[in-house]
Amino acid sequence: MIVKVKEVRKSFLNEYVLDGVNLELNSGDRVAILGPNGAGKTTLIRAILGFYHIDSGEILVQGFNPIKSRVEVLKSVSFIPQMPPPIKLSLDELLNYIQKSSDISREQILQEANKMDLDINKNLKKQFLKLSGGMKQKLLIAIAIAKKSSLLIFDEPTANLDPKARESFYKLLEELDSSCTTLFITHRIDEIKELINRKIYMELGKVVEDEIL
Amino acid sequence: MKNLFLVAYLDIKESIRSKWFYVYTIVFGGLMALFFITGISDSVVMGFSGLSRMILIFMQVTIIILPIFILITTVKSITSDRESNILEYMLSFPISLKDYYWGKMLGRFVVVFMPVIFSLLLGVIFGLFHGGGLPWSMLLLYSALIFSISFVFLGISFFISTVVKSTDIALGISFMVWILLLAFIDIVLIGLMLQGQLNDSVIVTVAMLNPIEVFRIGAITLFDPELTVIGPVAYYLLDTLGSKFLIVYSIIYPIILGLIFATLGFVLFKRKDLL
Ligand SMILES: Nc1ncnc2c1ncn2[C@@H]1O[C@H](COP(=O)(O)OP(=O)(O)OP(=O)(O)O)[C@@H](O)[C@H]1O
Ligand SMILES: [Mg+2]
Repeated sequence: MIVKVKEVRKSFLNEYVLDGVNLELNSGDRVAILGPNGAGKTTLIRAILGFYHIDSGEILVQGFNPIKSRVEVLKSVSFIPQMPPPIKLSLDELLNYIQKSSDISREQILQEANKMDLDINKNLKKQFLKLSGGMKQKLLIAIAIAKKSSLLIFDEPTANLDPKARESFYKLLEELDSSCTTLFITHRIDEIKELINRKIYMELGKVVEDEIL
Repeated sequence: MKNLFLVAYLDIKESIRSKWFYVYTIVFGGLMALFFITGISDSVVMGFSGLSRMILIFMQVTIIILPIFILITTVKSITSDRESNILEYMLSFPISLKDYYWGKMLGRFVVVFMPVIFSLLLGVIFGLFHGGGLPWSMLLLYSALIFSISFVFLGISFFISTVVKSTDIALGISFMVWILLLAFIDIVLIGLMLQGQLNDSVIVTVAMLNPIEVFRIGAITLFDPELTVIGPVAYYLLDTLGSKFLIVYSIIYPIILGLIFATLGFVLFKRKDLL
């Protein structure tokens, strides 16, 4: 089992945003998490990544507690946020940070980026935040895939991509190792229908539907 | 450790590109350079025995702008990284919170202290051309005082930014801290003392706990051991504590206080939600 979420509760301002969530993700699961705005999808992901301290329950990622064993957990997880953040570092510096902290080579990232027609070398001196929305997203995707993680978490990854880029992104995902677990948060289920084998529906901080396709 | 230096290095590169850094370097570095240069030329004339009006002015300006500059820029950069989800992304890589937090702190410190080093060098170069011996110990001790006051305000900034998540509130608190500490330097203290509203030892304690006042006392002790310009509080201090102790205290105390705040900030950083 890659991820185990057991009876997890998390409140903000005395209101439960996660209200007894149970979830188990196995190796090779391709999961779409759906649900209305404010259902707690992003909060759940942030708890799995160790950003939030949960009020009760248990989260284990490959057997590790994401807060106590933060580094071990994040070594095998790739994450793409809901919006590309306005990072002020240049691409060169950002890649430097990622290579050194995650122990991956620049070559790998460049290769993945090339598959989406993103030329990183031409933009190395540019600040990340000065790239176009789509280019930012592509770079984040390339990094996530180059990391060769066993768990990939995408919070609405295709929001900024043009149709052609979306195609190549989906193609990249098809190439992923079959043991790799992916977790998509999305509001556009039709687009990723072919890529998923499990559908989870969240509402008001609870998993209300968990369907194997 | 490797990642700590990486975080520091990238933070320095990012700061050097930003506008606030230029404003800071020009304003503060310029001020420091003038300070050193005046100090050096005066020392040639009168052996640093008298506290010149110019030096007093530079020191006062430093007391006022350095803390607020460090507070505002540091608090703003940390909290806005969090609000814009930069922190979320950067921390989604396998880097320990210890490396990230202390790396940021180190990077910030280098950036804040860099203009001081440059202007010190400038002052020394000027002094060498100007002829006459350089007041080395004076230059180094004053730099050490600046080091300490920068450090304590950096520690306070990191503490505020981990306790308070929103940029606006964190900036508001920074202003309050600054104004409060400024209000309780000599002028108010002496006023209170003269009115006889407070016990002398209370006033002295308040003075010795306030890092801005401690810097002031240290700097004045350095240039004028008689402390003639700052009145009764200083006389009392010098009398009971001695000038050597005052200088050592004004270098060490802010560093300890800064470390306490920075460490508290780190404990909260680990214990509370990161976002
Ligand atoms: N740091 C926070 N402080 C206070 N409330 C929060 C915080 N983070 C999230 N919330 C609240 O928790 C609820 C769930 O938010 P979350 O971001 O998990 O929703 P979501 O399912 O990802 O929605 P969307 O589809 O809009 O992205 C919302 O009501 C939100 O206001
Ligand atoms: Mg969300």
